[in-house]
Amino acid sequence: MGHFMYGVAAWVFLWGLYGIVSSRNLVHQCVSLAILQTSTYVLLLGIGYRTGGTAPVFADIPVGTLVVDPIVQSLMLTDVVVEVTVLALLIAMVVKANELAGTVDPEELRVLTG
Amino acid sequence: MIRAWLRSWLFLPAAIGMAGLLWWAYRALPQVGDSRSLYGDYIATNAVGERHATDTVNAVTYDYRGIDTLGEEFILFASVIGVLLLFRRQPGHPADTSEAHEDEQIEETIPPTDTIRVTMQGMVAVMVVFGMYIASHGQLTPGGGFQGGVILATAALVVYLGGRVDTFKRAVSHPLTEIAEALGAGGYALIGASAFIVGAAFLTNWLPLGQTGQLISSGTILLISLAVGLEVTGGFALLMHAYLEEVIKQEGGE
Repeated sequence: MGHFMYGVAAWVFLWGLYGIVSSRNLVHQCVSLAILQTSTYVLLLGIGYRTGGTAPVFADIPVGTLVVDPIVQSLMLTDVVVEVTVLALLIAMVVKANELAGTVDPEELRVLTG
Repeated sequence: MIRAWLRSWLFLPAAIGMAGLLWWAYRALPQVGDSRSLYGDYIATNAVGERHATDTVNAVTYDYRGIDTLGEEFILFASVIGVLLLFRRQPGHPADTSEAHEDEQIEETIPPTDTIRVTMQGMVAVMVVFGMYIASHGQLTPGGGFQGGVILATAALVVYLGGRVDTFKRAVSHPLTEIAEALGAGGYALIGASAFIVGAAFLTNWLPLGQTGQLISSGTILLISLAVGLEVTGGFALLMHAYLEEVIKQEGGE
């Protein structure tokens, strides 16, 4: 597969970044951030993958079988749940911004109010 | 309007530069499929013997890398607390509505059809059992506290989807979810600190490891996995409570 998977990670990352930069809606911006973060999953899977390797669970295979790297999988596992809760926090901020400023367009959120 | 246009055009050279840097960095990485990680190799060969856990991913998450997971669990905790803080009711705020208003709103909701309700009841039972199974078998097969907790929280969401807001509130008690969240977060830290009893370092796996492949095995990995399951279930259910309250408030305020 060569470096193709890393290219996919970079591609997804840059599109997520483009979404954040060009966004005219805070909800859209949060979704763009989520997409940007999924590029890390592709990258981690690419780093940990081994040709011919199976899942690193030795419930029904003998120890010593060729498996993919368990450490990057562990990193991903916690990443996924944390992403969702951070997204929930961001969306809560959007709801509050809409309530206080009456808009979800980041361009129009210019003034700090107490 | 012009500002957004300008920003998009400024992004273009930045993105090209970023793409170049990423290309430069990724080129130095080994080809996909060829990675050789010393730590990965060590875990794959030794984790089963050292920790009596057949799922090495969870052995890493809840034991070898336990202190990082503790930090990540507290990110989850802090995010949930942040949402609750943002959505708290402030007296005198224009969006603040009275309790009477809320009851009125619930009365107006269209009740779900029998088909949806029966399907929901069947699904919730299966999902709760499956969630508990996944949360408690993390040391043996793919799964663990995070995944099991999310499935259990989804079961709570199905109660809302198939029922009404008041059904959800009755089935998923707000104080109980708060207790689950607190117990999960505190439990993890306490299990870690319990290693002090035998004079070992924080998060040492000091409990008897048991027999590999048995449900009660792998020492603290099982306990931490269950604590995380509790934390994730409680945290997600609390998020649902907060958002549902907010929806009622917004609709009631109009």
